[in-house]
Amino acid sequence: METAVNLWPLLGIAVVVAGFLLRAHPVLVVVAACAVTGLAAAFPVTHILESLGGAFIKTRNLPLILLLPLAAIGLLERAGLKEHAQASIAKIRSATTGRLLTVYLFVRELAAAFGLTSLGGHPNMVRPLIAPMAEAAAEARAGAIPQALRYRIRAMSAATDNVGLFFGEDVFVAFGAIVLMQTILRAEGLEVDPLHMALWGIPTAVSAFVIHAWNLRRLDRRILREAVRGNGAGE
Amino acid sequence: MISIDFFYLLVGLLFAATAVMNLRDRSNPRRVSSALFWGLYALVYLGGERLPPLAAGLLMIAMALLAGVHLVRPGQAQALPEEARRASAARLGHKLLVPALAIPVVTMIGSTLLKDVTIDLRPLLDPKNLTLVSMGCGAIAALALACFITRATPLQGVREARRLIDAMGWAVVLPHMLAVLGLLFAEAGVGKAVAHVVTGYIPMDSRLVACAAFCIGMALFTVVMGNGFAAFPVIAGGIGIPVLVGMYHANPAVMAAIGMFSAYCGTLMTPMAANFNVVPAALLELPDKNAVIKAQLPTALPLLGANIVLLYLLMYQ
Repeated sequence: METAVNLWPLLGIAVVVAGFLLRAHPVLVVVAACAVTGLAAAFPVTHILESLGGAFIKTRNLPLILLLPLAAIGLLERAGLKEHAQASIAKIRSATTGRLLTVYLFVRELAAAFGLTSLGGHPNMVRPLIAPMAEAAAEARAGAIPQALRYRIRAMSAATDNVGLFFGEDVFVAFGAIVLMQTILRAEGLEVDPLHMALWGIPTAVSAFVIHAWNLRRLDRRILREAVRGNGAGE
Repeated sequence: MISIDFFYLLVGLLFAATAVMNLRDRSNPRRVSSALFWGLYALVYLGGERLPPLAAGLLMIAMALLAGVHLVRPGQAQALPEEARRASAARLGHKLLVPALAIPVVTMIGSTLLKDVTIDLRPLLDPKNLTLVSMGCGAIAALALACFITRATPLQGVREARRLIDAMGWAVVLPHMLAVLGLLFAEAGVGKAVAHVVTGYIPMDSRLVACAAFCIGMALFTVVMGNGFAAFPVIAGGIGIPVLVGMYHANPAVMAAIGMFSAYCGTLMTPMAANFNVVPAALLELPDKNAVIKAQLPTALPLLGANIVLLYLLMYQ
């Protein structure tokens, strides 16, 4: 290319990588990366601060989606919403680990697609409910399961929550990612309807469900092999 | 017209309440600095564009320093004991789901049916921020319903919101600050530098290669940054807008939607996304802290391939 492109701002990326590898406080890493990037681009200090401040004000719409429902959700939590949701999901009895997690994947992805991202999560759903149920389903089939398989089932429970959340929530029009994309594209002079972005997320959301459900079937087959081996050893 | 400024004001007041409640909470070992942190954040929402950019920049740095040296702490949570919550859940049953469902329902109604409603020739809902404003109305409706069903006061709602904000702590501002970093990256030309490096090595004259470079670039950059929100502006600015939209005339909505999902494939593969990948491994007492990432690889990699194919096939829709 003929025009000189300043590659120094890439140092900002290096700061982020180094910061996380050194396990520094994420907020400090972000601010340090801001400082390094601005200096590498040869901006004066006041210009960097003004850029940060302007951007901080301009992007203050992003946390609204997290913050606005808190009062209502907090009240419902106090009144036992999570306990109720847990009891309701626990009623879906299924014979295998894979099928149980596929049902959870379906519910999690669908709920997230309707903006109900708080109906799940690692501390309040996966650890107390989903992972123990998944382990119990495997034990019911294969008897005592090896520790490595037990860890794999737990890891798959956490993975299922992530996959359902990520690929469901982006289909919901008021999700932060859609607002972010709209803001970024608008800054570049492209006006895009959030409904269209949510709509064109659906093919990927369906693919994610199919691929992950297939992986959960593979987990079931592994448990079955373990069951056959266990029975063979027992006889 | 219901504008987004109304909700900025509400959120500002909520943070101000969080600051005051923390200041008065003697169970919080860092009550003054925590109150200062939330008070400064309240200023961002209450002041808005009236704040000089320089002051807002200094304010952001001050908040980051307060959080970075662990001066932002939660007070003692005054949640109800679990038996009380179970009893309440048994008593209220499915009624509890009504306010929770009101948020998405009102949001959908606002952003579709009420989209073009006008009063005295002025739109009812701020058209530039339609979904956010619809969701804000949904949140207010949900709070009203929740107060009605649980016989609580709105003030109790504010207390509960403060409890949740306190529990999340500085994590509330991390996505906001990452977005600032993303904009600064854009201004400093990081996207251009990345695009320069990428286009220097990859021939963009093949549409399939351009689609692949875009999706894989999103995923790789997210692996590095740990957050799709930071990757999106850089790769969309570097490849998506100039190459896919500019050269190949792709539909920006398809480019954006599939691009963001490619970034999420990266989120599934990186320890940088600690909240999703490393914290659960610790929570589930797994000896291998990367066990969740390893469980996610067989989903993330084929899905990234599927995204490339989908983008290639759907980009002209």
